[in-house]
Amino acid sequence: MSENQQKEYWRWKEYNWKNPEIPDWKGGLVTAGVDVGSTSSQAVICVDGQLYAYASMRTGSDSPSSALNAINWAMEGTGLTLQDINFTVGTGYGRVNVPFANKAVTEIACHARGANFMYGPSVRTLLDMGGQDCKAIHCDDKGKVTSFLMNDKCAAGTGRGMEVFANLLAVSIEDVGDMSFNVETEPDPVSSTCVVFAKTEATGLLRAGWSKEKVLAAYCSAMASRVVSLLERNGMELDFAITGGIAKNPGVVKRIEKLLGVQALTPKYDTQIAGALGGALFAKALVEKSAKVAK
Amino acid sequence: MIANYGYKDGSGEFYISIDTDKCTTCSEKGCLESCPGQIFEMMVDDWDDEVAAVKASERNKIKMTCAACKPTTGRPELLPCQAACKPRGITHSW
Repeated sequence: MSENQQKEYWRWKEYNWKNPEIPDWKGGLVTAGVDVGSTSSQAVICVDGQLYAYASMRTGSDSPSSALNAINWAMEGTGLTLQDINFTVGTGYGRVNVPFANKAVTEIACHARGANFMYGPSVRTLLDMGGQDCKAIHCDDKGKVTSFLMNDKCAAGTGRGMEVFANLLAVSIEDVGDMSFNVETEPDPVSSTCVVFAKTEATGLLRAGWSKEKVLAAYCSAMASRVVSLLERNGMELDFAITGGIAKNPGVVKRIEKLLGVQALTPKYDTQIAGALGGALFAKALVEKSAKVAK
Repeated sequence: MIANYGYKDGSGEFYISIDTDKCTTCSEKGCLESCPGQIFEMMVDDWDDEVAAVKASERNKIKMTCAACKPTTGRPELLPCQAACKPRGITHSW
């Protein structure tokens, strides 16, 4: 097998982070959100509602292990143990399989809450572009969902679709967005209703002499038009923000902005952690609610 | 909250929208029994309210399941699920 065939171009970087502005968690209310998605898992730890640490990694075949690996990596170097976390919310595709979670909350509610924290209370329309689904969400100034629409029928418009194209074209997933702008004229989009058909179409275009950049531009454009139709069905209201892994792909984000004629808000944090962050904030609210009831 | 369940594919857009705020005032839950395809269920949402939802196993095939209630001619003004929903919280996009 050649080196090219062995390389997995779809693999994105896994990482963890600790907030240097919060030196110690002791004495604070420690809450966690664990988002076990179809493709990636994130764990976020908040201290008194402030982002303290997080980790983002690929989801394995076993959701409970993925959740545990993510929270352990987020706690690395903090001195925290699972027993020190006051309340944990599990969210995402595998939310019911987070063994140490106190409650499961849907990723739709968690993304809205997380986006409210990340982008501010002006966010009204949110697009979450996940690994295997895509959601258009409306929320109020407190991050509470007022309407949502989800598409998980096929991989078109999802991170997995982009991974398929990165592998097909032997382009690192992190370079796809920038490369897609290296075209003289914007090509027509490829099929936006099915990744399998889009891949077949792309193979034909490569054979017809299209450059990798042009094919990527056609696919980014297809993905943008696909998710814009979701947003339009749910209704657009400003401000607009994007979460999930695809929010890091400027090739898709810029094309969505162009089609909608609006600018997405600039994220203050990693867009992939929005769901887990929302979970940690939900956890804080739930602890405070139960404390009020106890009084 | 307006919850949209369904999908878009090459043949069109198929969404059932449920205004879940209306479910909290509904005691009859008529949608559960009225649907011949039994696609509705009650669930506790993230704010601990009991609301109607389309079953996860049904969400990606509602075009086929709902076809039985949508004849090409003589379609009733209200579908069985819509007629049974007293607060009028259910709409279909197609």
